[in-house]
Amino acid sequence: METKNVMIVGVGGQGSLLASKLLGRLLLTRGYDIKVSEVHGMSQRGGSVVTYVRFGDKVYSPIIDKGEADFIVSFELLEAARWTEYLKKDGRIVANTQKINPMPVIIGAAEYPEGIEEHIRAAGIALDAFDALSLAEEAGSAKAVNIALMGRLSKYFDFSEEEWMQAIADSVPAKFLELNKKAFLLGRNA
Amino acid sequence: MKKLMLGNEAVARGLFEGGCTFVSSYPGTPSTEITEAVARYKEVYAEWAPNEKVAMESAFGASLAGKRAFCGMKHVGLNVAADPLFTLSYTGVNGGLVIGVADDAGMHSSQNEQDSRHYARAAKIPMLEPADSAEALAFTKLAFTLSEEYDTPVFIKMCTRVSHSQSVVEEGERVESVKPYKKDPAKYIMMPGNAKKRHPVVEERTRRLVAFAEESEINRVENGADRSMGFITSSTSYQYVKEAVGDRYPVLKLGMIWPMPEQKLRDFAAKVEKLYVVEELDGFIESHLNSLGLSPIGKDVFSILGEFSQNTVRENLGLPVPQGTVAEENVPQRPPVMCAGCPHRGLFYVLAKNKITVLGDIGCYTLGAVPPLSALDSTLCMGASVSGLHGFVKAMEGAADGNTVGVIGDSTFMHSGITGLVNIAYNNSNATVIILDNSITGMTGHQQNPTTGLNLKGDPASKIDLEALCRAVGIERVTVVDPYDLAATEKAVKEELASGKPGVIISRRACALLKYVKHPGPIKVDADKCRSCRACMKIGCPAISMQNGKAVIDNTLCTGCGVCTQLCKFGAL
Repeated sequence: METKNVMIVGVGGQGSLLASKLLGRLLLTRGYDIKVSEVHGMSQRGGSVVTYVRFGDKVYSPIIDKGEADFIVSFELLEAARWTEYLKKDGRIVANTQKINPMPVIIGAAEYPEGIEEHIRAAGIALDAFDALSLAEEAGSAKAVNIALMGRLSKYFDFSEEEWMQAIADSVPAKFLELNKKAFLLGRNA
Repeated sequence: MKKLMLGNEAVARGLFEGGCTFVSSYPGTPSTEITEAVARYKEVYAEWAPNEKVAMESAFGASLAGKRAFCGMKHVGLNVAADPLFTLSYTGVNGGLVIGVADDAGMHSSQNEQDSRHYARAAKIPMLEPADSAEALAFTKLAFTLSEEYDTPVFIKMCTRVSHSQSVVEEGERVESVKPYKKDPAKYIMMPGNAKKRHPVVEERTRRLVAFAEESEINRVENGADRSMGFITSSTSYQYVKEAVGDRYPVLKLGMIWPMPEQKLRDFAAKVEKLYVVEELDGFIESHLNSLGLSPIGKDVFSILGEFSQNTVRENLGLPVPQGTVAEENVPQRPPVMCAGCPHRGLFYVLAKNKITVLGDIGCYTLGAVPPLSALDSTLCMGASVSGLHGFVKAMEGAADGNTVGVIGDSTFMHSGITGLVNIAYNNSNATVIILDNSITGMTGHQQNPTTGLNLKGDPASKIDLEALCRAVGIERVTVVDPYDLAATEKAVKEELASGKPGVIISRRACALLKYVKHPGPIKVDADKCRSCRACMKIGCPAISMQNGKAVIDNTLCTGCGVCTQLCKFGAL
């Protein structure tokens, strides 16, 4: 199988590492070769963060380059706009419509762009945008936004619901399992 | 069983399987998780040392005692440990000794992008360089074998993309290996008479290691049908080459980057038309090839700066490069910021407000340099805030008195701030040092240190009394403030700067991200009282923004630290 590329982008602290861990666990059960590349350290502190997940018969590079991503899962709308150049021509963006102002916007040195969703679609990019934060809150915690997004991404993969649920059970603490399962299903069925 | 593991976790697994029993390290991105992960194996004693020099010397002691030992650090940490390093090369080892060092090409979380491979050549110590997690595990085990067989410390050289990428590994069994301690002054007492006899041993060892490099499968030739070009490469650059060109061209993958083979390189060069060297940072392999009279294409094409990727290889070889679409022209940057509730914010607000010159240091508080606080004047290396402050104040001959401070975190102060403070007291400069005591090593992800009262395993440990320590080295004026209290912090800073004597202010408040820290909950905004003065925006808190002219608090971020409340003159916050 040709290598598939999934980028998970967002703002440091939003829980993208758990999302990549979940995806990695799931892919391992299918016997794929996998590489997951993460960001630790200074960039994590509220900055723009990106995680690369690659799987296939044989994966060499740990990172995804411009024009290579099959999917970009974005935890925040501006971050979706930031990374579109990394998407393949026929790739797809799954995005949370939540907006988090970066510091240059907060202090008035820059403006948060208007009409991001329209601009992405106008560029001919397949965009699946939805309010993952509300779904996570409905499930019981804003922190489950990562799992709600994975639920939405799951629609484009041929894994069964049971397989996803098992990977969630392997990745989150038991006391938050029900909450996360609910967030996943809300995202998957939204 | 196959498992997905971070490169750093795979090194830890390799330490475990390789029979390591002693680990001493200092945290530093991207090396930290090696030591955190190995601490989870009950068979391995693991600790955080106050700095890398102490860590390496402790590992030496364990090796001398006959145990397999490891110390881990980031590239700049190896500079701190360079003193024991160069002589460890002469003494060699008893139990196997492995030194983990992780470079940070692209400077994701570092102050420079130095190339640690130079240390291997300079100190004449072999260096293994894994390209993924499976190799990280295998090479770490091999490193112990080589260490004991060749009587030398051995480097495992990681980099951000290998350390922080998960890939598939297969776990093996642990071997146990302990040697008896035997007194051997000629080998371990490095005074001139003995050291002169050890130097030729080191040179002979390198010759034997070159022979190993010629034969070992760790330096592997992968044949390709098309010999119009060929690549000599290692580490993550190997992955980018394979990603870009597949199996078409021959590749010589160096798993041991020092010492390098000679004949193997010559043979490879002879069978390809165009010889490329693909390596991040300096032209280390390239200069070795040049010394052999082989003239590869290297740094003329592949940059000395930053990280590579598969597109770097494609571009530089003139291959088609995938293109994406830019949908939004002006996407504002999102730089890292101090977290909401960060105790450093209040202090930096006070320093910026009073236009104080601030010599900074390495840690989360380096983010005090970022607008709108823009509070720092310099950041050089661990400890340089304190010692740099001394030189600055002395050289300004009074002009810096009363308006200059150094800021340093608790862990960094333990690492290399204490000696600078001794210098301030001993050579009497009118310097004010502020220790930002947030009770944890923050930036690298919450590691314990000698000020926290806990050790790496989370067990209770001796806790340094910072106030007593400062007084003991000769600083008479030691003040403690809570940086959430702006008025008290400003008073303390002004009093100390006016004192005309060396002094230390301890700005003490635990990191807001620590699990045990309880927060009062988000600040509420009374929109009717908000006069849109933007005073609350001066502290650069990510939880506060202005919407339709009124201050708005992000309830998912705000901890209720109350620093913004003290800035609002109208009672809106």
